[in-house]
Amino acid sequence: MTGHIFAQQAVNGLVLGSVYGLIAVGYTMVYGIIGMINFAHGEIYMIAAYLTAIFLAGLTLLGLQSPPLAILLVLAATIACTALYGWSVERIAYRPLRHANRLAPLISAIGISLILQNYVRLSQGARTQGIPSILDGGFHLFASGPDAFVRLTHAQLLIVVTAIISMFLLHFFIARTAMGRACRAVQQDRVMASLLGVNTDRVIAIVFVLGAGMAAVAGVLVTLNYGSFDFFIGFVAGIKAFTAAVLGGIGSLPGAMLGGVVLGLAESFFSGFVNTDYKDVFAFSLLVLVLIFKPSGLLGVPEVEKV
Amino acid sequence: MLTVRELCMRFGGVMALNRVGFDVAAGSVTALIGPNGAGKTTVFNCITGFYKASSGQIRLRGQTGEIDLIAILGEPLHVGDAWQPGKLAHKIYYKMFGGAHLATRAGVVRTFQNVRLFKEMTAMENLLVAQRHRVDWRPLSGLVQSRRFRRAEAAAVERGWYWLDFFGLGEDGNRLAGELPYGRQRRLEMARAMCVEPRLLCLDEPAAGLNPRETRELSGLIRQLRDRHGVTVCLIEHDMGLVMEISDHVVVLDHGQVIATGTPREVGEDPLVLEAYLGISGEEAA
Amino acid sequence: MSEAKETLLTGLVALLLFAPLTGVSLEGYGLNSHWQNPFLLAGMAMIGRLLLGRLRGLRLPAGLAEYDWQTRLQRPILAVVVIAALIFPWLVGKYWLNVATLALIYVLLALGLNIVVGLAGLLDLGFVAFYAVGAYFYALGFKYLDLSFWIALPGGALLAGVCGMLLGFPVLRMHGDYLAIVTLGFGEIVRLVLNNWIDFTNGPNGVRAPFPSFFGLDFSRHPMPGKSSFHQFFNLPYSSIHKEIFLFFLLFIVVCGMVYFVRRLRRMPLGRAWEALREDEIACRALGINHVTVKLSAFGIGAMTGGIGGAFFAASQGFVNPTSFTFMESAHILAIVVLGGMGSTAGVIGAAVILTVLPEALRDFAEYRGLLFGCAMVMMMIWRPRGLLRSRRALFRREQRAC
Ligand SMILES: Nc1ncnc2c1ncn2[C@@H]1O[C@H](COP(=O)(O)OP(=O)(O)OP(=O)(O)O)[C@@H](O)[C@H]1O
Ligand SMILES: [Mg+2]
Repeated sequence: MTGHIFAQQAVNGLVLGSVYGLIAVGYTMVYGIIGMINFAHGEIYMIAAYLTAIFLAGLTLLGLQSPPLAILLVLAATIACTALYGWSVERIAYRPLRHANRLAPLISAIGISLILQNYVRLSQGARTQGIPSILDGGFHLFASGPDAFVRLTHAQLLIVVTAIISMFLLHFFIARTAMGRACRAVQQDRVMASLLGVNTDRVIAIVFVLGAGMAAVAGVLVTLNYGSFDFFIGFVAGIKAFTAAVLGGIGSLPGAMLGGVVLGLAESFFSGFVNTDYKDVFAFSLLVLVLIFKPSGLLGVPEVEKV
Repeated sequence: MLTVRELCMRFGGVMALNRVGFDVAAGSVTALIGPNGAGKTTVFNCITGFYKASSGQIRLRGQTGEIDLIAILGEPLHVGDAWQPGKLAHKIYYKMFGGAHLATRAGVVRTFQNVRLFKEMTAMENLLVAQRHRVDWRPLSGLVQSRRFRRAEAAAVERGWYWLDFFGLGEDGNRLAGELPYGRQRRLEMARAMCVEPRLLCLDEPAAGLNPRETRELSGLIRQLRDRHGVTVCLIEHDMGLVMEISDHVVVLDHGQVIATGTPREVGEDPLVLEAYLGISGEEAA
Repeated sequence: MSEAKETLLTGLVALLLFAPLTGVSLEGYGLNSHWQNPFLLAGMAMIGRLLLGRLRGLRLPAGLAEYDWQTRLQRPILAVVVIAALIFPWLVGKYWLNVATLALIYVLLALGLNIVVGLAGLLDLGFVAFYAVGAYFYALGFKYLDLSFWIALPGGALLAGVCGMLLGFPVLRMHGDYLAIVTLGFGEIVRLVLNNWIDFTNGPNGVRAPFPSFFGLDFSRHPMPGKSSFHQFFNLPYSSIHKEIFLFFLLFIVVCGMVYFVRRLRRMPLGRAWEALREDEIACRALGINHVTVKLSAFGIGAMTGGIGGAFFAASQGFVNPTSFTFMESAHILAIVVLGGMGSTAGVIGAAVILTVLPEALRDFAEYRGLLFGCAMVMMMIWRPRGLLRSRRALFRREQRAC
């Protein structure tokens, strides 16, 4: 029986971790390229959740019945629209402040985060919203009795599989395409890259767009799985995903995914075996502990500040 | 006064410094030269504690004995330390409170290649910040403006004016540092370093961006610092004229290695040095 | 790109951004249409874009920027403010007195955060945590240990300061942004613990906090047997407003002390070191300043101020619960500091008063508060990151020497 509970928590943790990983990618890429935390990233995820519900409702109004097609269309539309939000955030809060002092972009990003939260609250209302469940059912693994099994829902499976696919696509983009090469160049040495003719402004915008796109994937998947959301979900999700990014080593893409999974598992086991009320406290404490004892994370390289 | 031995600095796979060794004699002007990217600034960063050397020794000899400029940055703990509580306590202390500021307090003060001033503060405030050993830090005495506080503050301001005048900045005391013209900013940075009362002053390309007249004035100032104020100077410079004129001793660095040391004349005739420099100019021509 | 083209592009992007979220709203699983909203908003974005292009070159008129507001008007303004504060409580009713007390609490909090953000350049997004520590220290201290306000005030400040130091020590040696996110997390931890530790903190139901006594005299109409209360001691008719007036003046004195402290600090080595750290941390280290301890002192003093503010908040409300300590509260205080012009004492005080009184005066304002704060933060950073008025620096004169 404990074995089943354990395995169930592992499955839940893996699912949760994939989501954290997807959001963490945005933090890690932006941090890698401009050395700053994108405080508005959590809100981008929240916006994606709302867009999912809105597009889904729209498709239902248009009479679309088939769930797989609906999910695909919603995913595409949400990614596109959320990416536009990511681009705008960079354009408004970061680009004008490229040469300002260090604090200015952080504060303007906090400002954007407040704006987005309240914009959604005012336009969509403050209450918790939901979507009808369109992905029912699942598998019972390791079943050995009427109550002894590990449940893996279709939605959970979709989350893990989609997360893996999107990570591979992102990896391919960064490693193989010319734009990806430019991203890596700017990450290594922005001044040098711009001297060599890389359009750094464009690269930075692309990175924000990619990060927002990944957060959009997370937003769609989580909404399909849990079904409910409000305008404040971006706050906690943002801090946790950032924890995941730090845990994996900020600046490292595989690190973000690994950090996400480790955090997801840790949180899931904690809430399963210790206490559910304090699972957020546990995750935040983990962030502080990692920063104290291993600031470079699991896969990151120690930072040497240029003097 | 300063001894550097077997200094190595690695950034990922790049060996920025490879077993660098040289000495700086007390009361001398020592120049560190070499082509771009040779690792000169990295040497300064290691000496002043901004980079933690991968291996090697840096020692500063002073009146109170020798100071290990690497240990004060905090060394990694080993299991073996557990048996030596004294050493362990030291290491933990430096891990918690160590850092570049201790190198400065030991008497090594530097300027930066790209000027680093407190731009939104006035020139005089820049100099006051540097005199942390002279002023009264206790919040309470500042709040009630105790006699001691005012006396210390006045002495610091006095010192500040002295160094401003010395570097020809007497008019600029109350101007914002960020608003000064570039040449003055460079001199203000040196004045600020002098306010710390260094024993070893490390200047990173002090003449960069100065016109010939300003460069000539600068060489006079550096000589005065050594002769009148007893400061040992270590400088990085690309202007060979300046180097030849004021330095007693020259260390040539290329690709992270010392390729020659000696008096300016000896170094100027060294075939390795000529090759390193001509090689560079050859590439530039191509 | 020509201006017209860029404006059109802005409009198009804005339309795409606004269409799904403002054009329809979720109603159950269906949608309500408000098709005109996106067009309105996109139009506003286009106008804004046009204005921005026009305003970019604009500067404050030279005379206005050069004029030395602070020295010329300092004394008269100070006198007016103090006199106004002295007569104000006698003229207004309980409601506005409470608003004024709250405004003073925000002034205090903002001055504390201003030390951290404006002077030392450290972004603290969990300031509310220290505020909560102060408030709950008083409430819980009274509940369990029967602590009086006069012990809880320094005690809460100390506890908040110690929390700040413990949190700051490991984080302050790292890249600045980490502090922001760690404090954000810490603020949330404190709130969650207060909410969930029901046995100790009474959870969302909150805890009662008594009113402070006037040097041992309490403000009740009928004091405990053997004790005398304020109105009896001074032979006044009983009035429930006495205690509010007392708290207001007490707070006013604390705020004045804080203002003096901050003003002096800027001419003291510690304050100068903070500002220097904000300007260039690396240069500071090269001058022998231990950046960790100096930052820690700023962070700790900021946290202590938060603790003091918290104790006053608990005392003035008579009750605390976790909903007063959300991230929105941190954002409110940060917005005050940013709008007040980071580092300028007068600006911060003005912003605190305005941003606290405005929501009371205009009910609609509260609804749009978050949105407006956000816009203000972004615009301030882009337009005037160092505040509207440049803060005046200390001037130094040469000693007169006989040559
Ligand atoms: N923080 C760092 N991370 C990675 N590489 C570094 C770092 N600092 C220096 N390097 C590398 O070390 C090498 C030496 O750099 P350094 O700045 O010391 O050269 P330099 O001799 O001062 O050149 P210049 O005359 O241009 O100032 C360079 O290849 C540089 O890229
Ligand atoms: Mg250099």
